[in-house]
Amino acid sequence: MSASPVYLDAATAAPMHPVARQALLAALDDGWADPGKLYTQARRARQLLDAAREATALTLGVRADEVSFTPSGTTAAHGAVLGGLTGRRRVGSTLVHSAIEHSAVLHAAERHVGAGGTATVVPVDRSGRLDLTAWSTAVRAPGVALAALITASHEVGTVQPVAEAAAACVDVGVPLYVDAAQSVGRVPVPAGWSVLTASAHKWGGPPGVGVLAVRKGVRWESPWPADERESGRTPGVVNLPAVVAAAASLRAAAADAAAEAARLAPLVDRVRERVAAEVPDVEVVGDPVLRLPHLVTFSCLYVDGEALLHALDRRGFAVSSGSSCTSSTLRPSHVLEAMGVLSHGNVRVSLHRETTEADVERFLTELPGIVAGLRAEAGVVGL
Amino acid sequence: MPDEVIDCRGQRCPLPVIAAARRMPEVPVGTVVRVLADDPAAAVDIPAWCRMRGQEFLGSVNGPDGPAYDVRRTH
Repeated sequence: MSASPVYLDAATAAPMHPVARQALLAALDDGWADPGKLYTQARRARQLLDAAREATALTLGVRADEVSFTPSGTTAAHGAVLGGLTGRRRVGSTLVHSAIEHSAVLHAAERHVGAGGTATVVPVDRSGRLDLTAWSTAVRAPGVALAALITASHEVGTVQPVAEAAAACVDVGVPLYVDAAQSVGRVPVPAGWSVLTASAHKWGGPPGVGVLAVRKGVRWESPWPADERESGRTPGVVNLPAVVAAAASLRAAAADAAAEAARLAPLVDRVRERVAAEVPDVEVVGDPVLRLPHLVTFSCLYVDGEALLHALDRRGFAVSSGSSCTSSTLRPSHVLEAMGVLSHGNVRVSLHRETTEADVERFLTELPGIVAGLRAEAGVVGL
Repeated sequence: MPDEVIDCRGQRCPLPVIAAARRMPEVPVGTVVRVLADDPAAAVDIPAWCRMRGQEFLGSVNGPDGPAYDVRRTH
């Protein structure tokens, strides 16, 4: 008999919020027309889109005309990076970014470098926190067009010094792009950024909706072929029912964010303490204090990450891993690599509004036996 | 220069780390063991293992046999 499922991978995709489901179903009836047209059905769609934009802007603390909806968080990140670089190409062609950005940002950076631009990578410490001195030096260099910093690591949960990094950018007039995918709807994002992106399925919205916010006065220019929709920032008609659902669930998640953080952070602390105490030879990674309330990562010495994910899955636990054997490229996570921490046997646990204390307890009760079993099979006990 | 070499080429992590951990107690304290490992995770995991186990990581070299990692048994 299989164990009851416990989904612990909210950092990849959170289960859909009930508000998102209701809004999605309602918008399927009302929001199918192209909001750009001039007939009754289009006006109804336009009203829904405007309301979704207003609500999202309110939560982000920006103006509605600064917000665009994109087909995914990834396209939002690509647009943020490439558009920020395009808009400032007369100033220079250097992109400054941390070593622990999401792969969407790194792939956009690779595109930029491939086209003749340069990228300066700023390191992090063992806890995964940005080296602010190196950051300040990097953004001060001549020819920096854009700086990019993730608000908090999607792999290890360490919160980044966004306010300080933003201040360093303001000093030298460099726009700061923040990838806030793990923060929006959960924790406040510090002010000072010029461009922000987020992804609806991280906060309980549907998949396939990204948010790109560009502050007024920022020299950002669309890197895509021209299209008048979404203030010209992202081409193509939006998936309006999904956008409506994303906006409704963001408002709901943001309203509950403080209470949810207060509920989940002690469960994350419990995972950190119990895993360190009860699983031998484990490295719990990420900053112990300056961290997201819902995400925790650890690596088990001598354990194959893929085997660990499968063993956990057989017991009903859905988690993620930064180990090389679990990635299509067979390379270890660049985040764990940048931190200099153990990359094999890696597990990322991320909690959400449906996660109960009992779920976390069952995980903590079963994990030591699962790890011990894999070590016994591999003949590495006592090494 | 290493005192001995363990060839872990073609092995995926954690196997090179396990091979180093198996060999270490069998060599005298002070011995430098070179681990040949072409899995990119070894570049992260061998230094991390040394830190966790209190062994000395001397550095990596990229020679004709591919990437290699030198570890000194300190205890």
